[in-house]
Amino acid sequence: MSQATLTLSRARDSLGRARYSLGPCARIAGLTVCALLTLGPVVWTVSTSLRTPADSFDLPPQIIPAHPSTAAYRGVFDQIDVWLLALNSTLVTALIAAGQMITAGLAGYAFARLDFRFKKPLFGLVLATMMVPLQVTIVPVFLVLKSMGLTDTLLGLIIPAFPTAFGTFLMRQYFLGMPKDLGEAAMLDGAGPWRIFRSVYAPLARPGLAIVGVLAFNYHWNEFFRPLILETSGQNYTLPLGLVSLQGNLGTGSISVVLAGVVLSMIPAVAVFAVGQRPLREGITSAGVNR
Amino acid sequence: MTDTTDTTDAARTTGTAGTRVRTVRSRAAAPSPAAARPSARERGTRLLAALFLAPTVVGIVVFTVVPIIGSVVLSLFHWNVIDPPGWAGTANYRAVFTDSTVLVSFRNTLVFMVFAVAAQLLIALALALTLNGRMPTWLRSVFRSAFFFPLVLSAASISVVMKYLFNQDFGVINWLIGVFGIAPVPWLTSEHGAMATVIIVYVWQQFGFSFLLFVGGLNNIPKEIHEAAALDGATGLRKHLAITLPLLSPTLLVASVVGIINALQVFEQPYVLTDGGPGDSTRTVVMVIYEKAFEQLRFGEASAVGVLLFVLIMAVTAVQFRLSRHFVHYQ
Repeated sequence: MSQATLTLSRARDSLGRARYSLGPCARIAGLTVCALLTLGPVVWTVSTSLRTPADSFDLPPQIIPAHPSTAAYRGVFDQIDVWLLALNSTLVTALIAAGQMITAGLAGYAFARLDFRFKKPLFGLVLATMMVPLQVTIVPVFLVLKSMGLTDTLLGLIIPAFPTAFGTFLMRQYFLGMPKDLGEAAMLDGAGPWRIFRSVYAPLARPGLAIVGVLAFNYHWNEFFRPLILETSGQNYTLPLGLVSLQGNLGTGSISVVLAGVVLSMIPAVAVFAVGQRPLREGITSAGVNR
Repeated sequence: MTDTTDTTDAARTTGTAGTRVRTVRSRAAAPSPAAARPSARERGTRLLAALFLAPTVVGIVVFTVVPIIGSVVLSLFHWNVIDPPGWAGTANYRAVFTDSTVLVSFRNTLVFMVFAVAAQLLIALALALTLNGRMPTWLRSVFRSAFFFPLVLSAASISVVMKYLFNQDFGVINWLIGVFGIAPVPWLTSEHGAMATVIIVYVWQQFGFSFLLFVGGLNNIPKEIHEAAALDGATGLRKHLAITLPLLSPTLLVASVVGIINALQVFEQPYVLTDGGPGDSTRTVVMVIYEKAFEQLRFGEASAVGVLLFVLIMAVTAVQFRLSRHFVHYQ
């Protein structure tokens, strides 16, 4: 696939529009094929979830179900407590996103705009922790949470996720990008450091905070590893855990039901994608460009 | 954590006349002269900084720095949570180095990393370069959204979906390649097939990340450079190789560093798709950490594997930055 598209792009020339009139068509065709391959599994998931169990193994797969049915969705609600899972996921994700916006906003501002001792080593420490894989720390984190009595609770998922090295880095970059004169003018008007933050810079930081919030929502809504380890009783499961166990319980049972569950769990992520695509994209891109 | 009295002090020194000071912990509004002396202002700034940093720094120390040290310490003890820990010295490391499952998991993870990152970067780069050509803006944003869409989905539930698609007997993939006359592939039930499936599923979801980085990087390349190159007669692939890629090299570095760090931590895809099998053919390092710690309660050995993974990640990243001195050009 990659080879094909590379060759297609060869036909492109920024000055030779007329000479390479076939270029753009081939390019767009290639991109369309790739886009279909990318979205295919998602389309198949949605359409299969709307088939009757009897039709779910049909090949070639029907994109438009022959006998559309919502039986699978009712099946999901019968077999797992979707509302409870969704509530758990929502609580965990919303609180983590809010918490990260607060911690990253405050720390990012301190690193960008306040002078204090040990600023460089502290910032270095924060950056260094971006390199540390979660799995390397999970055993001691589990033990710390156990000693606090927080294993198998939602709080145990939420609290350790509050500090965010990447979010702090992102907010620092964001505050650094704001004009310094604004704060200096406010200082001449007699505003103290808190007032300068609260009234001048914090209101300007909303788009940056949106990036942190959307990234946190996306990551933690889909998170699997930590919930798998921390949450042992079904009542504390989040959606991804519930779905994998749904698949496990059914074994060779109805695909439609499992896929209906997947579709249900996708809805908030897709909604965030639709509404917050720009901050999401900017957040991901800034990982590469700002460094 | 700073206690409440400190907070009130901070409020007093930072607050100006008539200002309603709202800090995280207290809402004391203490009037003080509008023109504060510089030293008082400096003190106020420092206290504010301490308050602002406290949640992040305390959190990172408790949940990352201490656990790293904890992992190293734990790796030197035998511990199953139930009995008191006993000194192990290097026994855990020796056990790990003679454990064929652990060794295989490191080999699998490295193989996975090489193929997954290479495929991810090549596909993302090809698509970003192709998308960078002339086309209607709306079409470009449709493509861009499509390519980055899988990134917002859960790796666990996507793997559940893919398990059906890659099923040897009734999966859509084998039906699709059957249309082109290819015999059914035992995707999940043969060793190579399982590894290939894990790689494909991972790359399918992750290439959008590198793709977005490349799109951002390409946007940062000044248009004039391409125009000058075109005037000098550089076209097509040669232009990309000689001009675009060197200019894009800082982005390539970041994409490959992050790509490799992420790939070395792969877990959800093999856990759901193959559960490490057939045999141990898709068992990854993180799966071994999970199994040793939370299924076998061998916390010491699990920590030793974790420490080794950390060392591996640091080493690979250091090598990359070293190599990058020769290949990365900053404008």
